[in-house]
Amino acid sequence: MREAEPALNGTGLNGASSSVQAVPDKIVTPCPRCRDLTLRRELEKTLMICPRCGYHHRLTAKQRITYLVDDITAFQEYDRDLTPQDPLHFVSRAQVYATKLKENQNETELSEAVVGGIGTIEGIRVSLAVMDFHFIGGSMGMVAGERLARAMDRAADMAIPLIICSASGGARMQENIFSLFQLAKTSATLTRLRNVKMPYISVLTDPTTGGVTASFASLGDVILAEPNAMVGFAGPRVIEQAIHQRLPSGTDTSEFVLEHGMIDAVVDRRSLRETIARILRFYTAS
Amino acid sequence: MSYELEFEKPLQAIDKEIQNLKKRGDRLRPEDQTKIAVLERELAQRTAEIYAKLTPWQRVLVARHKDRPYTADYIRLLCTDYFELRGDRRFGDDRAIIGGLASIDGRHVVILGHQKGRDTKEKIEANFGMAHPEGYRKAARLMRHAEQFGFPVISLVDTAGAMLDLSAEERGISESIAENLQLMAILRTPIVVAIIGEGGSGGALGIGVGDRVLMLENSVYTVAAPEAAASILWKDSNFAPQAAEAMKITAPELLQLGLVDRVVPEPLGGAHRDHHAMADQLRQALTAELNELCDLPLDVLCARRYEKWRMVGIPASVAAV
Repeated sequence: MREAEPALNGTGLNGASSSVQAVPDKIVTPCPRCRDLTLRRELEKTLMICPRCGYHHRLTAKQRITYLVDDITAFQEYDRDLTPQDPLHFVSRAQVYATKLKENQNETELSEAVVGGIGTIEGIRVSLAVMDFHFIGGSMGMVAGERLARAMDRAADMAIPLIICSASGGARMQENIFSLFQLAKTSATLTRLRNVKMPYISVLTDPTTGGVTASFASLGDVILAEPNAMVGFAGPRVIEQAIHQRLPSGTDTSEFVLEHGMIDAVVDRRSLRETIARILRFYTAS
Repeated sequence: MSYELEFEKPLQAIDKEIQNLKKRGDRLRPEDQTKIAVLERELAQRTAEIYAKLTPWQRVLVARHKDRPYTADYIRLLCTDYFELRGDRRFGDDRAIIGGLASIDGRHVVILGHQKGRDTKEKIEANFGMAHPEGYRKAARLMRHAEQFGFPVISLVDTAGAMLDLSAEERGISESIAENLQLMAILRTPIVVAIIGEGGSGGALGIGVGDRVLMLENSVYTVAAPEAAASILWKDSNFAPQAAEAMKITAPELLQLGLVDRVVPEPLGGAHRDHHAMADQLRQALTAELNELCDLPLDVLCARRYEKWRMVGIPASVAAV
């Protein structure tokens, strides 16, 4: 798996300054696809979907949770105190990893790229974990992986469904094998859900690439994706660089993986919540 | 055998001198014999010195050495009997991951691993050890087979990474790796993994989960190639040696970090100098691990493996929160 992939609007995994840009905190937000400018408060009314072209803007973890659960004030967040470590004391020419973590924490008001907790969706209690691409490209640090594993444990312990919304460029290079092994850890932990017969719905959002697709994101009992999200192992840009192969447009999108049998449905954000609830009722309603 | 790595150049000079003397054949004088002996001692000593302080980047070069033993070599050297099992029963037979039924030290096992390919023809056939989904699915098939018949699994990891191309994406390279991560976490038979050369990211981990993870002394394990990490974190791929250093990719470092379980010593001057000696070392290590694992009740084995991967890499300070 390759490292986090710069996304459509130029947000880089390690470009701290550009990742700030992607946080839609300005008065006016431009659409990366149609370039249309929309007032931020208008955009928030439409769940951050471009009113002109339907582009699904990337969400912060907080927005995602707000849009999914019945009552955000009743959402119980866990593991916030489980904060990232710098196990390799990693320093590159461009930056000190420990500093980068602090910067990202300040910019995003998150302590890691994963937020996990318990909430209800149309009255159904779920263990929910959401990845935030704005935090170092949603990359899989060891604490990000641990938070995901704990969300899985909660679902298994409480015998409730598990929902994970992925948004990640993949591995976190500054943690090397600590990062890589999170893929094995999360995949292993998911097996606990088999014993309680509760479903895991994996929701792929823009972008979901690299190690995350090569582990828990591809292991959902049901897999959904938001429209036109970048979804794939390598992503088109990396493939074109790696093997100088020109790819048909639309490679590694939600629609591409749907067509190739890798997911169950592409779901518009406006109906995501009710779709998830509808699916969950098959497993939870008596 | 040639010395082609930059840091081996001092060795090449000594080796050349030895070869020149030896060319004399029958006309070799007694003082030449003495000189050869002296030079050979010097060669061994210098080799030991150089290899004792390889930098992480130099280890990358050794791990990628074109003469390094590959999975097919180990199968040939380790197994008294071997029958190759081919194909994933779904799409094709990926030559980048090979494996089958084998007999090692009197024990029947399923052995599998990445195969990079020695000559040009084999390299192309094996896609340089970069597997497509069918490779990972063949591995899954072999592992299920092992579980069904109670054979332990030996998995040899040696890849730059999984294949990145359109066909890999179309056939679900992500899903094929993800499935293996889950399968290997719960497979009800012992699994010993050995990183024999390059442990390249998800493509390596896709056959790299087990009860024990061994690394050959000069193998490396990376979440992204040092060149790729350097081009992103240093903004210049020429900083690959610095990235290799910072990422802690070598066997001794990963052992110390508690991420792998055992380092298998390599013969003097690296595995590529002596395939037989390397295979002997590997056989001893594999047999020692299997002797222990095969004695465990399956429930205990599986519980321990689950715990190992559930808790992997989490320091006590974090685990306690």
